Amino acid sequence: MNFWLLLTVNSITFGGLLFLLSAGFSLIFGLMRIPNLTHGSLFMLGAYFGATFVGGMLGVAFDFWIAALIAAVLVAALGALLERFLLRQLPGQPLAQVLVTLGISFIAADFCLMVWGGDPINVASPEGLVGFLRVGPLVVPKYRLAVIVIAIVVAIALWLMLERTRLGAMIRAGVDDPDMARVVGIRVSQMFTIVFAVGAGLAAFAGIIGGPILSVYPGIDQDMLPLALVVVILGGTGSLLGSFVGSIIVGFVYNFGQALLPELAYFVLFLPMLLVLILRPQGLFGRYVP
Amino acid sequence: MTARLLGLAVAFVALLTVPYWMPGDYYVNVSSQILFYAIFALGLNILVGYAGLVSLGHAGLFGIAAYATGYMLQLGYGHVPAILVALVIGLVSMAIYAVLSLRTTGIGFIMITLALGQILWGLAYRWISLTNGDNGINLPGRPQPFGVEINSANAYYYATLVTFLLALAATTVFVRSPFGAALMGTRDQPRRMNALGYHVWAIRFWACMFSGLLTAVAGVLFVYYTLFISPQTLALPASAEVLLMVISGGAGTLFGPVVGAALVVVVKSVVSGYIERWNMLLGLIFVAIVILMPEGLVPGSARLWRLAWRRASKKGAQP
Repeated sequence: MNFWLLLTVNSITFGGLLFLLSAGFSLIFGLMRIPNLTHGSLFMLGAYFGATFVGGMLGVAFDFWIAALIAAVLVAALGALLERFLLRQLPGQPLAQVLVTLGISFIAADFCLMVWGGDPINVASPEGLVGFLRVGPLVVPKYRLAVIVIAIVVAIALWLMLERTRLGAMIRAGVDDPDMARVVGIRVSQMFTIVFAVGAGLAAFAGIIGGPILSVYPGIDQDMLPLALVVVILGGTGSLLGSFVGSIIVGFVYNFGQALLPELAYFVLFLPMLLVLILRPQGLFGRYVP
Repeated sequence: MTARLLGLAVAFVALLTVPYWMPGDYYVNVSSQILFYAIFALGLNILVGYAGLVSLGHAGLFGIAAYATGYMLQLGYGHVPAILVALVIGLVSMAIYAVLSLRTTGIGFIMITLALGQILWGLAYRWISLTNGDNGINLPGRPQPFGVEINSANAYYYATLVTFLLALAATTVFVRSPFGAALMGTRDQPRRMNALGYHVWAIRFWACMFSGLLTAVAGVLFVYYTLFISPQTLALPASAEVLLMVISGGAGTLFGPVVGAALVVVVKSVVSGYIERWNMLLGLIFVAIVILMPEGLVPGSARLWRLAWRRASKKGAQP
């Protein structure tokens, strides 16, 4: 009984992390039509930055949540620079975009290896969330519940931002039809920087939040990027609801696949994606076929 | 035109005499690597350059052909059936790739091929009873094509060179044929091609198959070179690397992928001996190429060359 409950909690937690990672990926993809192959690297950079701040730097150790915020803001700024000075120069050139984003991800991976070495870094759960919550016979790790709550809060905040604010309406217009949005006076390319920075910050935030669960290790960027990709293909590009549902599905399939069919875990992971591609190429909640 | 022919002749002679002017076996082996990666890049270039379809899952095809060779040899079959089965499995996988990913073009195609490549990597990594997981599969030895031993570095280099020249010739014929022209038509104007009565999907599909064949051939050459295959060969960085070879050299040109393969292999195996942070160097080179020569090294250098030539001749005309 507890095995299944724990597996379910793990799946939802992992789904929450994936949502934080892929919401930005999906918006960047939907709005800018750019395959942002640095997204895994942004996740990894956030994780390493966060781990450093938590572990203490120059004798100052930060509180977990403050460290997470600083790491997210730093990586968001990095993302904004990346968009402004590199990707901005290459509109409508997917080959050059692929080359440059892959080049950056190589640089980032090697930078992390240089600074933090090859050994995995374990990040301690923040104080107050160590240990387990006991509900009758059931035992659930507190930190994982907290991650679920954070993911839901971020999801609601993003939803409010997209659905209830002027900026959100402009972003949605840009996702649906960039040319028409430009015609009615929305400066779509200015929103690129905002969306890219927010996406990068969320990815970095996911990285540090995921630290106590996944730990931080070289190659985590390449583990996470394909998962974000599957989420976006499942849910549909540029759709927040799609990212949310897709993340939960991938979270469940990944964890249950690992536990029940370890030999075919990856195969099982990509199976729902193939089904969606065949039956509904625009994704479950997407509006256009990329 | 004569300059081009002269350049090709010099390159051809240089390739033929590699074992005589390279300082030692190590560098001959690096040359072999460049050549089979060049075949791989030529195969991917058919899709990226001529069909306008960017695949980020080609290492999966490369790797599955290599695994098939290793597995068949492990089962006790000879080299000829092993190679044939490897090529067939490579082609069948390519057909599955094509059927699934040709539903879209552009970024959608990138994403689906990436995911398919990850599936193959996941199977190689996790299906331990078949692939031996991270420990990989060792090969007992190299074949003897037409009774010739190819165990020494020089002999293997020549075997790879012959295959490379055949692949280059086949690619040239393919690209310059009416089919190649139709393929470029589907890249630039798919709707118009459709209106003209071309079956766009079928043209793309057969281009995929040709690309898959070259990829599988390169995979077989790779596995006989290293005599070992592990999941690393199929992983996303490997797919990215070959794509970078194509784009950095110049997608849609015949020699771009060859130059790109040389660049990546040299940085990876030679420069890495001197600079610890070679991965970062590679990344910096790619970013620099995008900024300075977005069309790739070969067309970019040709453009600079023509520009310099024109300036020089203009100066000559105005004394």
